Amino acid sequence: MRRAALLVLVLPSVIYLLAMFVYPFAYGVFLSLHPAQGAPGASLANYLAFFGDPWQLRTIAVTASIAVPNTIVTVALALTVAYTMRRGIWAERTITALLVLPIALGTVLVAEGINGFYGPKGWLSQGLQALGLGDPPRLTHNYTGVMIALFVQHFPFCFLMLLGYISGIDPALEASARVLGARPWAVFRRVMWPLIAPGAAIAFALVFVMNFGVFPSAVLVGQPAGQTRTIAIAAYQQAFEHSDMSMASAIAVVMGLCQLLGLAIVVGLRGRLAATGVATVGAGKR
Amino acid sequence: MTRARGWRLAVFLFILGFTLNLVGIVSHVVVSSLAKRWFATPLPGAFTTEWYAYSWREFQLDDVLTVTATVAVTVTALALLLGFPAAYVLARRGFPAKNAVLLLYFLPLLIPQMTYGIPLATSLYRYRIGGTIGGVILANLVPMLPLAIFVLLPFVEQISESLEWAARVHGAAPRQVFRRVVLPLALPGLLTAGLLVLVNTVANFELTFLLSGAGSQTLVVALYYAVFAAGMRPIYSVDAMAVIYMAIVLAILVAALRFVRPTQMVFRLGGK
Repeated sequence: MRRAALLVLVLPSVIYLLAMFVYPFAYGVFLSLHPAQGAPGASLANYLAFFGDPWQLRTIAVTASIAVPNTIVTVALALTVAYTMRRGIWAERTITALLVLPIALGTVLVAEGINGFYGPKGWLSQGLQALGLGDPPRLTHNYTGVMIALFVQHFPFCFLMLLGYISGIDPALEASARVLGARPWAVFRRVMWPLIAPGAAIAFALVFVMNFGVFPSAVLVGQPAGQTRTIAIAAYQQAFEHSDMSMASAIAVVMGLCQLLGLAIVVGLRGRLAATGVATVGAGKR
Repeated sequence: MTRARGWRLAVFLFILGFTLNLVGIVSHVVVSSLAKRWFATPLPGAFTTEWYAYSWREFQLDDVLTVTATVAVTVTALALLLGFPAAYVLARRGFPAKNAVLLLYFLPLLIPQMTYGIPLATSLYRYRIGGTIGGVILANLVPMLPLAIFVLLPFVEQISESLEWAARVHGAAPRQVFRRVVLPLALPGLLTAGLLVLVNTVANFELTFLLSGAGSQTLVVALYYAVFAAGMRPIYSVDAMAVIYMAIVLAILVAALRFVRPTQMVFRLGGK
């Protein structure tokens, strides 16, 4: 293949992404530095306005209070379950196929289902009443609702991802450790965890980033005017309700930076967690 | 030994509980869409299918479905058309800046759509493409093109290069090698990638939501507005619309699951 042919084949997709992904990103950053009203030069007015307004600044805390605990619980549970089921389980194919449902159906449908199922008149509260346990606390249209929605959405994602990762690890490594007398916990801590850690870090980072950008669930099962007014809602309102694209871009940039910060922390921790002095031979998928 | 068994049982019960909760969430929507009236009883007193007709009429689902099909089919075709050549080169050749190109393909899958959707919407509205079907298609292609490329990549890698050489030695022109050798062998990959892009485009909310205007809403965005304005219309009709959406996604998903294992699918969805 000649170089010219090579270019013709790759260039269209590269140009497309440069024009539709990189350029808008750069334009957004540029726009955020040039507020609608004000001096013609670049200014940080939008950012100062965002950080100076408690109503806007609060969205970072609100989003973090949803994203951080949710990510930790989701990844911890998914890791536990995937590790326990690494050598296959009963009805695995059916269960994994069912778990793909919320991922494929998407947030909007899951939100509507949660509003019905977990709602005050839904099956869950009826079931609890029938068991004589009384009414559960309100589970939808508040913080709890968003947590449920995100968990239902991201647990299967994280579980299937880690299951794929963990079952890619050579079983001989574990078997040798057992033959040499290691107890289950030691096998996990000294042999398996160093191999799993990179996959767990990727899963954690992906779930965190998705949780931090939560929008439809926060609106449909949450309380978008108060308890669950996340940063994505703030950005959306600036763009489409106040038509202030410059401020909206600034908020989007802040959101992106928060996500980047989360990623940086995960990458930093990963180095520490995996550092057990064990060589990472035979790791699964990279 | 019993402790280990108890642990396994606990974990199994958890996953069973979670699956039941999923089934509950989904079937609650289905039952509600068929209810004449339903209020705080395990099942509705009387069933009816009239909400489907109501929903079809009130939410103008024929228009919405036409838009959805147009967007999904166009995005899939474009993603395969642009993605296959790129996947072919990535699988066959090393070239300068290959890592930078891979990063460029990878980022739209990694960065959440809400983060880059707002600047993207801003630029597209500036050029008056925002709010049109064209804008929805262009925006959806941003994550779907990389998705197609990463799904196609392992399929192309599996095609032995010596087959192409053999065809060349026997006098086939490059065009013939492509049409008679590469394309037929890549067909399963194209089918898989096509189905995954199709189902993801139909279910993709954020970018479509930010870019669509009055006449360019896909089904999932129309469903969002219906759920958002709960109380404007009977909840049963909203659920009927949700079931129609679900049926479409499930049909494509079942077809896709014939070719990929669920665990593979997530790796793709998450961008490897």
